[in-house]
Amino acid sequence: MDGIIQDFFLLGDPNVRWVLAGTILLSLSAGILGCFTILRRRALVGDAVAHAVLPGVAIAFIIVGDKNPVMLLLGAVVFGWIAMLVMENITLKTKISTDTSIGMVLSVFFGLGVVLLSHIQNSGNVNQSGLDAFLFGNAASMLPFDVIVFSFVSVVVIATILLNYKEFKMLSFDPAFGVSTGFKRKRYEFLMATLLVLTITAGLQAVGVVLMASMLIIPAAAARYWTDSLSVMLVISGLIGIFAAVVGSFVSFSAPAMPTGPWMVVAAAVLFTISVLLSPGRGLVGNYLRKRKQRQKSFKENILKYIYKSNEKNIDSKSQLQEIHQKFGQNGIRVQPFIDKMLNEGYIIRSNGLIELTQKGEQEAKRVIRVHRLWELYLSERLNLKSDHVHDDAETMEHFITPELETELMNILGKPEKDPHQSQIPY
Amino acid sequence: MSKSVQIPPVEVHDLTVKYGEKPVLWNVDFEIPSGKLIAVVGPNGAGKSTLIKAIMGILEPVSGYVNIFGKPLDEMRNQIAYVPQRESVDWDFPISVQELVMMGRYSHIGLFKRPRKDDRQIVAESLEQVGMTEYANRQISQLSGGQQQRVFLARALAQRADIYFMDEPFAGVDASTESAILELLKSLRDQNKTVIVVHHDLHTVSQYFDWVMMLNLHLVAFGPMESTLTEENLKKAYGGRLNILSKAIHLATQQNYSREK
Amino acid sequence: MFWIILTAILVSASCALVGSILVMRKQAMLSDAISHAVLPGIVIAFLLTASRNTFPMLIGAGAFGLLTVYLTDLITRKTKLFEDSSMGIVFTTLFAIGVILVTLFADMVDLDQECILYGEIAYVPWDRWLFMGMDMGPRPVWILSFVLLLNIIFFLVTFKELKIYSFDYQLALTMGLPMAGIHYGLMGMVSFTTIASFESVGAILVVALIIVPPATAYLLTDKFLNMILLSVGFGVLSAITGYFLAVWIDSTIAGAIVVMTGIYFLMAYIYKVYFDEKRQGLDSQKNIVALTPK
Repeated sequence: MDGIIQDFFLLGDPNVRWVLAGTILLSLSAGILGCFTILRRRALVGDAVAHAVLPGVAIAFIIVGDKNPVMLLLGAVVFGWIAMLVMENITLKTKISTDTSIGMVLSVFFGLGVVLLSHIQNSGNVNQSGLDAFLFGNAASMLPFDVIVFSFVSVVVIATILLNYKEFKMLSFDPAFGVSTGFKRKRYEFLMATLLVLTITAGLQAVGVVLMASMLIIPAAAARYWTDSLSVMLVISGLIGIFAAVVGSFVSFSAPAMPTGPWMVVAAAVLFTISVLLSPGRGLVGNYLRKRKQRQKSFKENILKYIYKSNEKNIDSKSQLQEIHQKFGQNGIRVQPFIDKMLNEGYIIRSNGLIELTQKGEQEAKRVIRVHRLWELYLSERLNLKSDHVHDDAETMEHFITPELETELMNILGKPEKDPHQSQIPY
Repeated sequence: MSKSVQIPPVEVHDLTVKYGEKPVLWNVDFEIPSGKLIAVVGPNGAGKSTLIKAIMGILEPVSGYVNIFGKPLDEMRNQIAYVPQRESVDWDFPISVQELVMMGRYSHIGLFKRPRKDDRQIVAESLEQVGMTEYANRQISQLSGGQQQRVFLARALAQRADIYFMDEPFAGVDASTESAILELLKSLRDQNKTVIVVHHDLHTVSQYFDWVMMLNLHLVAFGPMESTLTEENLKKAYGGRLNILSKAIHLATQQNYSREK
Repeated sequence: MFWIILTAILVSASCALVGSILVMRKQAMLSDAISHAVLPGIVIAFLLTASRNTFPMLIGAGAFGLLTVYLTDLITRKTKLFEDSSMGIVFTTLFAIGVILVTLFADMVDLDQECILYGEIAYVPWDRWLFMGMDMGPRPVWILSFVLLLNIIFFLVTFKELKIYSFDYQLALTMGLPMAGIHYGLMGMVSFTTIASFESVGAILVVALIIVPPATAYLLTDKFLNMILLSVGFGVLSAITGYFLAVWIDSTIAGAIVVMTGIYFLMAYIYKVYFDEKRQGLDSQKNIVALTPK
């Protein structure tokens, strides 16, 4: 294992260098470009183009007679372009919907490619073996020359995006507005499509037809979770692509039977899942924790409120602790940890087995009740809600209203004395 | 089915609906009287369509419930009919006018069964009522905007319901269709049916409808036309955003709040 | 030859049936997603039963087909991603897992990437079904006939529900019709059809048979039933002519069938876009007449 790690990460094995460089460059440009495709709702266009370049590869081979990578690439790019045009025309000129036209182009072009490939195979040209690397991808067999071609493609893609960043942003967000300001939409559509076709064609050798789409979609979708800024998203997406490339190459290096492409996809998918769950702000786990924290805060505030109110109504405070347990301990909720916590935080004190509010606790309870009653007043006075309908909502809102909002409420209402139910509003 | 007068056709209790993270309707609470033509008005994004969709169970509310003639919606589906916005369907879809209107009978026909003779009869009558009989065998891709709307209405009529919800039926139709639709609405009301219409044209509201509901995130006002369509209420409904309310709701929904039922 | 053409016809007919609904619902790419995502299901079925028995495979594939639909819905709902992105994530990941499983258990699973992509329709006549010692004919023919029968029954029974499902889902909801059932039923049929066809024509070409003939029919008719029948017609026609094309140019049969579907679409497209102007002109005139009040 040590040997593997050394060979891989210290690039001891010359083969590793080429494979790693190739896959990293490809995933980097796919990751960056993918941000634009998913934001433009064109995620599956990449899938279609990846399939549609196959006849181009086959035709280039038939014409040239050997596997010259530049010629194959050229053939692929031409067909990628034709595919884009055909998709656009079908949606434009007929009532057929976008996804149907994507599916048609994808499968029919691919079918044509398969027919041509099998024709070549049956024709017995000895040079043809290895053409199916375009179908399934075979990163491990990348040659130095391939890597040079890929580097060229990546540099072109990244440089073009950097130079036209603001135009691409416009194209992705609101091209119609752009056109009204003299933006040359057609030109940038063309440019973007060309970049897409180039990247996909180059990527096929690494991950194959089917999985190329995922290298455009998954890193970008994961990146969306960590930022709301397009430029940051491009960077993160590129990094996720690189990570996937390293993992994929490493797995297939340490277990040579393993294909690189699928492991790249799985690595990217794992990162996507992690992003969905854990990213701050949008992550599902974070959401859950925030929600739970808020629930606990509400629960605590409700207990404080209850203690305060029993004092207000002069209910015999002796039975308080037991009462609290009875009232709040339903549905299997354990109340004691909350009480312990509030004791620790100095909201309440225990004296002779009774619970009393400290000054801090009393202030907090007053605040909650005040906000509750102010909100009720706002609803019934300003929004004409019937006074018997306002309590439930106030019961929720009292836990959410911030001091700023409270001030605002107070400004609107003046400093009112009583709530709609004629209870005193405590200050 | 017999109904006593006291049970309101539609009763909406403390309904709150949100789309994603944005609340679109908050704490809406009302009872709709029977035999009235009711307009739902409000600015863009006030939650008019959302209200209808939530009442009909297309959208899941965060809290609150809806009763139809005092019973849960699921038991009363055959009592309600729906005219969605015209853009909500694909008018290139390969069916004929008659087939489209027949869809209004599906819940009556029952699962996996074929339409019977009386279903066909009802479809023919409904087409007659909207003046589209001669188009029955036309494919829907060949209809004009006004005709599409008439066909949609015919489908709702074929549902033979007591309560009709319509989402902007007057949007983008020609003048003759507009008056035809209006006549139809009035005749429904005269049969003591309840008709709730999302309407966007404030100029015609008082002319066309009996009652008005004004929405802007919450229910601003609801009642008979003369007493409700006042300048003060209009200001409330259309006069800018409700600052405090939307801020507070925003805070609450950010925390993914859902109120216990 | 007879068996090959028959297999091709059965495959195309089933695909065209489910495809016509997908195309009308603008969900054509679901077939692409499902056809890829069933791969792990097939491999797992292989591993569990240690045989190439078709029924476990149908079940495994069906389960993964529905899983794809479910996960796509889930991701779209829980995140802010558009539906096509979530679909792309789900099916490519499942496919990648499938490929990894195939490699991992290469010695146990008699599947390779080529057969996944191309299918092996040419071998159909040799894959016999022996029932109680009797030779019943090629096994795939039986399976595909069964799937076609299942499809036809599904369509006959839920014809009216499928119509409203594809045209106005929301109205169907307000009527309390069991749309979730229809949805997953249809997706189940798509999965079954895909996997049954998979063996003969491969993962991607089955997508062509699902999408292209219905799209061709969609261009030519505006009647629901005609569209379904025409779809099947184009599918079957492609199957027959595709076979002869393959023989003629010496290529794979499945690929040639797909090329034929494309050629029929191209013909319909040219007819519709370039030669049908007269009729379109008449139609818009009719609309103007119809607009004027009586």
